Amino acid sequence: PPAHSRYDWIGPPDKHSNLRPVIFYVPPEESPLERRLRETRQEAQACDQRFWARHNRAFCQEKEEFIYSRLKAKGLEMRDETGQKATLNAEEMADFYKDFLSKNFRKHMQYNRDWYKRNFTITFLMGQVALARALRWLRWKKKNVGN
Amino acid sequence: GLFVWRLKSTGIRQIPCQFVQLCHVANGRLITFQYFNFLKRMYVTQCNKDLSQRAKPKSDSVASPFRELQQLDQEKKVIHKIRPVSPVHQPLSEASISNELREIKSAAQTEDSVAAVRAEAKGDRQWKEMKLQLDDLPGILARLSKIKLTALVVSTASAGFAMAPVPFDLTCFLLASLGTGLASCAANSINQFFEVPFDSNMNRTKNRPLVRGQISPLLAVCFAASCGVPGIALLTLGVNPLTGALGAFNIFLYTCCYTPMKRMSIANTWVGAVVGAIPPVMGWTAATGSLDAGALLLGGILYSWQFPHFNALSWGLREDYSRGGYCMMSVTHPRLCRRVALRHCLALIGLSTVAPVLDITTWTFPIISLPINLYISYLAFRFYRDADRSSSRKLFFCSLWHLPMLLLVMFTCKKSFLEKEDKDNLLGESHGRAMEIRLP
Repeated sequence: PPAHSRYDWIGPPDKHSNLRPVIFYVPPEESPLERRLRETRQEAQACDQRFWARHNRAFCQEKEEFIYSRLKAKGLEMRDETGQKATLNAEEMADFYKDFLSKNFRKHMQYNRDWYKRNFTITFLMGQVALARALRWLRWKKKNVGN
Repeated sequence: GLFVWRLKSTGIRQIPCQFVQLCHVANGRLITFQYFNFLKRMYVTQCNKDLSQRAKPKSDSVASPFRELQQLDQEKKVIHKIRPVSPVHQPLSEASISNELREIKSAAQTEDSVAAVRAEAKGDRQWKEMKLQLDDLPGILARLSKIKLTALVVSTASAGFAMAPVPFDLTCFLLASLGTGLASCAANSINQFFEVPFDSNMNRTKNRPLVRGQISPLLAVCFAASCGVPGIALLTLGVNPLTGALGAFNIFLYTCCYTPMKRMSIANTWVGAVVGAIPPVMGWTAATGSLDAGALLLGGILYSWQFPHFNALSWGLREDYSRGGYCMMSVTHPRLCRRVALRHCLALIGLSTVAPVLDITTWTFPIISLPINLYISYLAFRFYRDADRSSSRKLFFCSLWHLPMLLLVMFTCKKSFLEKEDKDNLLGESHGRAMEIRLP
């Protein structure tokens, strides 16, 4: 993002986590409240990024392993004569999807709890910051009008 | 449908709905009903876009199991690989912005849909300022509140209102519709607020406003509150407290029960079906002020409809649900999924037969609706037996036209208010007395 910008910038989705990274703008006269908000958001972003990148990588890996083992059981190779990657149809993949979901259930439960907590905290802090900024602006307005 | 939406959203000029051909809806149907066409178009754009798991009242919209979508995604992935952008060093200079614009313009001019989408995809690859664009705001809020799904919710509520055996009151009707619409907007916004990282990871929801950073979570919550509070107040004070209570309860059910439950247990589907069933009940109570058998029947019809609709849809999304951590029947209990869809299609036949018994419609209703109910039951049976993508798609697309048609037939077979009054009079009076003609 350009140096003169006074806003946060959001980028394209990450290759692994599918989440969009945000680069936060640090204003020169950042209040402690604003700093807390920014740091919470940065932390949350890092947490989410870690979780989803790892999770999606595990999914792709386990999917490959599943396809490989199934193809082997059927006596087929990973690539057919034309060199294209062999895939299983949706019904055969269904076993894998069911398995993967149940294996990761506890992990998702934990993540859900954390995500809801973080989401509420961040939104609440945003509200506080917005209120503080509004009051500051009103005070500045009053001062200017007085002058 | 995907193309239509994408082009619309980038503000490029309208491409006529030739892409509606993509939609597999049975074109042979002689429905000149504009409402239906509007629905069809909405569902096509809806399918390829956003909307969560269920394309009905106050729940997420339907995702389309289009293979085209998959291909497009792979195309996009290829583009991504070719241009590995290092985010921090990406210069968003004036030149690159104007290049982008030129690219988008030329794409629109050639009307090459693929090129246009590629331009959009490339634009999507850019870093964007997280500043609220005021001229984009209506579009952003429309997508946040899932405006098309809200429109469908309001239409089922109107159906409930229309079926109520009372004289038609226009003010009440408008207030009820507006209140329901606002409540639905609020519920949908909160749903998106809760689901940001999950939406990012699913193909059909990854372009939502909160995921793309077009609006801040704080603003989303404020918008939800500014829709929900007036909406419920309007229903409670302008219509009646019962409708207001139902509206508030439905918002609660959708945001605090259905949304978290999606990740916890397959029972979320049943909760979601109730969410979908409540709007017509609200329409009925808005008209009559009481919760009687007719309201429950209408709610029951919509409740049963949700299952073939959603279960068929979710069949094609198993990979995304599994990776995203959503507990859906199609992933964990596939046989149950298909069985439930079939069961509820048959229940629709039963419910249609109960309608004349409760004096809501004449006996022509179960007779006329029997063909369409039998057809959807047949497709559900095929889905149950074959359990493959094509049968799930057939069932899903059937459900899209089945509901509007069923409601339309129901309305045309509605027992006239006058008729009902006369019948009551006849029953009440002894044989031979003159019949009074009561004015409505």
